[in-house]
Amino acid sequence: MREERGRGQGMMKIHDKIDLEKIREEGLKKLFPKETKISVGMATCGLSTGADKVYETLLKEVGRLKLPFQVGQTGCIGFCQREPVLDILTPGRPRIFYQEVTPEKAIELVHRWDKEEVVKDWLFFKMEGEEWIGEDKWFDYSIQTDLKGLDGTPSYQQVPFYQKQLKIALRNCGFINPDHIEEYIARGGYFALGKALLEMKPEEIIEEVKRSGLRGRGGAGFPTGSKWESCRRVKGDQKFVLCNADEGDPGAYMDRSVLEGDPHSVIEGMIIGAYAIGAHEGFIYVRDEYPLAIQKLQVAVRQAEEFGLLGDNILGSGFSFRIHLFRGGGAFVCGESTALMASIEGKVGEPRAKHIHTTESGLWEKPSNLNNVETWNNVPVIISRGSEWYSKIGTDKSKGTKVFSIVGKVNNTGLIEVPMGITLREIVYEIGGGIPDGKKFKAVQTGGPSGGCIPESLLDLPVDFDRLTEVGSMMGSGGMIVMDESTCMVDVAKYFMNFLKDESCGKCTSCREGTKRMHEILTEISEGRGKPEHIPLLEELGWVTAEASLCQLGGTAPNPVLSTIRYFREEYEEHILNKRCPAKVCRALLKYRILPETCTMCGRCAKVCPADAITGKRKTKKEEGIPFKIDEEKCIKCGMCFDTCKFNAIEVQ
Amino acid sequence: MTTSEIDSIIRQYEGKESQLLAILQDIQIKEKYLPKESLEYVSQKMQIPLTKIFQIATFYNALSLKPRGKHKIDVCLGTACHVRGGERILEKLERELGISAGETTKDRKFTLESVRCLGCCSLGPVAVVDGKVFGRLSQEKVGSLLKEFK
Amino acid sequence: MLSFTIDGQPVEGKEGQNVLEVALDAGFDIPHLCYNENVKPYGACRLCLVEISRKGRSRLTTSCNYPVMEGLEVFTSSDKVLRARRMVMELLLARCPGSKLLQEMAKEMGVEEVRFKKEDKDCILCGLCARVCEEVVGANAIQFAFRGDRRDIGPPFMEEPKDCIACGACVTICPVDVIGMKEEGDERTILRWNRTLKMKPCKVCGNYFAPWFQLEKFKEKAKLPKDFFEICYTCRS
Repeated sequence: MREERGRGQGMMKIHDKIDLEKIREEGLKKLFPKETKISVGMATCGLSTGADKVYETLLKEVGRLKLPFQVGQTGCIGFCQREPVLDILTPGRPRIFYQEVTPEKAIELVHRWDKEEVVKDWLFFKMEGEEWIGEDKWFDYSIQTDLKGLDGTPSYQQVPFYQKQLKIALRNCGFINPDHIEEYIARGGYFALGKALLEMKPEEIIEEVKRSGLRGRGGAGFPTGSKWESCRRVKGDQKFVLCNADEGDPGAYMDRSVLEGDPHSVIEGMIIGAYAIGAHEGFIYVRDEYPLAIQKLQVAVRQAEEFGLLGDNILGSGFSFRIHLFRGGGAFVCGESTALMASIEGKVGEPRAKHIHTTESGLWEKPSNLNNVETWNNVPVIISRGSEWYSKIGTDKSKGTKVFSIVGKVNNTGLIEVPMGITLREIVYEIGGGIPDGKKFKAVQTGGPSGGCIPESLLDLPVDFDRLTEVGSMMGSGGMIVMDESTCMVDVAKYFMNFLKDESCGKCTSCREGTKRMHEILTEISEGRGKPEHIPLLEELGWVTAEASLCQLGGTAPNPVLSTIRYFREEYEEHILNKRCPAKVCRALLKYRILPETCTMCGRCAKVCPADAITGKRKTKKEEGIPFKIDEEKCIKCGMCFDTCKFNAIEVQ
Repeated sequence: MTTSEIDSIIRQYEGKESQLLAILQDIQIKEKYLPKESLEYVSQKMQIPLTKIFQIATFYNALSLKPRGKHKIDVCLGTACHVRGGERILEKLERELGISAGETTKDRKFTLESVRCLGCCSLGPVAVVDGKVFGRLSQEKVGSLLKEFK
Repeated sequence: MLSFTIDGQPVEGKEGQNVLEVALDAGFDIPHLCYNENVKPYGACRLCLVEISRKGRSRLTTSCNYPVMEGLEVFTSSDKVLRARRMVMELLLARCPGSKLLQEMAKEMGVEEVRFKKEDKDCILCGLCARVCEEVVGANAIQFAFRGDRRDIGPPFMEEPKDCIACGACVTICPVDVIGMKEEGDERTILRWNRTLKMKPCKVCGNYFAPWFQLEKFKEKAKLPKDFFEICYTCRS
């Protein structure tokens, strides 16, 4: 990935706060134009449901009818389940959001809006104003004409998914076009930078971050202010600040949303941090699997350079700072700090011993401060609102908010941001809307492959760093995977071990062989060859893998196994002693059987069976049929017959 | 790929050894994989031991030493998709194409891979073909998905 | 000199030394496989684990790459250490059950049984061969490749290493002796890498003493005269 340098047109350069205010004015015009503005959510979640087609259709239609409408893009508003989402903003009217928009629906929306009509069918919610949390401002839309047809539409704050959320990191996502730096500035962006560079000393900034209680959002939860302080203390003319955007936990995409929807928030945080620590160069290490995030960052960095917010003498402060983007190569282990640095140095992502901290000797052996995307993103708000305000949010030892991706067997999937201390029950049931299809909650997995499963008995656990660790899981980067009765916990543990043994760099015997053998044993158990001694053996292996390995990939690898054994031991025993999988997931332990009484002899199952394992005779107008039967020996348990049968005639044992 | 094309890529990164991953990624974008000759040339041109280049090429998932098919199918096996049956989608594709994950069909039309977490978790199970996302998949929908590319 | 203790016993080490080398010199028997004083410590095998207490906190860590520091408390045989060490040994033995050295070490440690499915690999992935080839010899003919449970070590593309000078350093340093070298007629072969090179005869005695390729490389690297390697070492002395 090549970096594109800005052309640095002098006219756009921001020299001081006055210039910043001028750009803010331009940005406000872009955010709130005199004409109707339609914004389509074009983050990856939107694009994957066809938002690009919606956008193109809108442009075409608006152009064709020569309507005075602007069509633009924005980031993810968080309720990914309902994508594609778009909003319509007309001066003097509430801002209306629509969900699950298709190109056809978009055309209708446009036609009706032109006639000042609201399409009720796929209304999502309305807004009467928006919060600018960085500035402690409520921007009112000054509604003059309320619209017919909006009665009954909930306002944003009334939607259960959004009600308990507090958006700090996601403050701009869905509200700005990330390609327009002016819009970021209009909502208060880069003003915190101005305050930091022009009104504060580096030590004061560090004190503020310390007092805020901000802890690393990448997983470990290390106090950010202390990290900055120890890096600042190290003598050296060359230091680095790094952003870990190698979000690798499967099911976690919080950082991706921030980078796609609000990349400047990370850039601003890094400049402030660099100034506080004394670094003049920064790296953002982005996962290879995030091409849109990389693209948005490239645009944002280039714009920041053109406006003089990156480069020499930023805002006339005399401080210089540059950011380089680095694209990962598809390796989960590169999310580990020393492996990340090795990767930037052009090596393979093998971690190294940390007897000497990276804040003293990191990238190219220079003092380096690495923080996660969400951590950097919080910094400008802490500077502008102050540590006292920030530290009032959250719990005693976990301040602020956390972004979680709530996915899996839950009704409302998407990204949420909540104050620390909210309970898991509130997240799963009130925000998440509970379990679909009337199924029963079983567990929620937090912390990705480094975390663990939390059972129903602990649902009232307040979510914060320490409480999650106490119960055998961890906060991790924020992935929250909800599981129901149809999820097999042995299968979940096997799944994570498969991931880890593949992603391990392979250096340490304990990690490489440990994860491999744990996966092997879990496979034996899931295929009906489990033995009672396997459980203590897994526990022993787990202990050694964690204690004897160099880095935290190995160090946390056993968590999924140990936490599922801890809370779901009976399930393991059922697999081992009775060769049964209660959740009906482990294929080798399943039997597919056609119920002869229910079978309508339509023959569909036999048609789709890839193993030719189903025999019978189709019932036709002329002939009596013979109920279909599955040959257990031939059956490969793919489940196609079960999926295909429209009469519920196939049961799984 | 000609040596002068590789030279120009190396030049864009100022010939820096630390940019080896990016250089290989750019070569792969053009060639769809990393041919042995290209790696040998990079080694000779940049004076980096071939062992190191091979180490990098085999460490990172993004790089492939095997020629890829015309269409690349990435089935997401992230946790959310796994819980929603992603494995079955992969197996159905394996059966339909007659290959295992990581392989390419004999007619070089399709390469099938599994990936972990594309970040479209609310749409699980998900597969991406040539960059296009197919969400809310089921074993039955796989047939029509492949038809689109055949 | 930095003073610290090992198993309660006072020892001294120089700045820059690691705990393992000081311990071995002082007579402590810490098992190790991937450590060799001729190359930089790597920390792959995890057998040299010790428990180190420093500033009130104690943890398991490899001793081969832990720098000696004033006031350290090192424990070579605490319960934690033995528990970890034994399992690591069991894992290694499960991978390479045929290795005589591993069998001996396991016996010494009290590892009686292997509770995992035995594989039939012979390489323990300690990396010493690659490290000596890179750091000491400078030929860079073999290296680690792949990742996770597919990790392997060898020449690029697992084919005959074109940069190998058949010096035999890897053969000597391999702790489990699985590389092997043989000489037949005028050819020397490094068996594991399938590298066969023709040897140069001595102008005086006629014995084959070193591969042509190797000698050419040395002349190139050190800018030696063309006729530098005409006579073998024995005849020169």
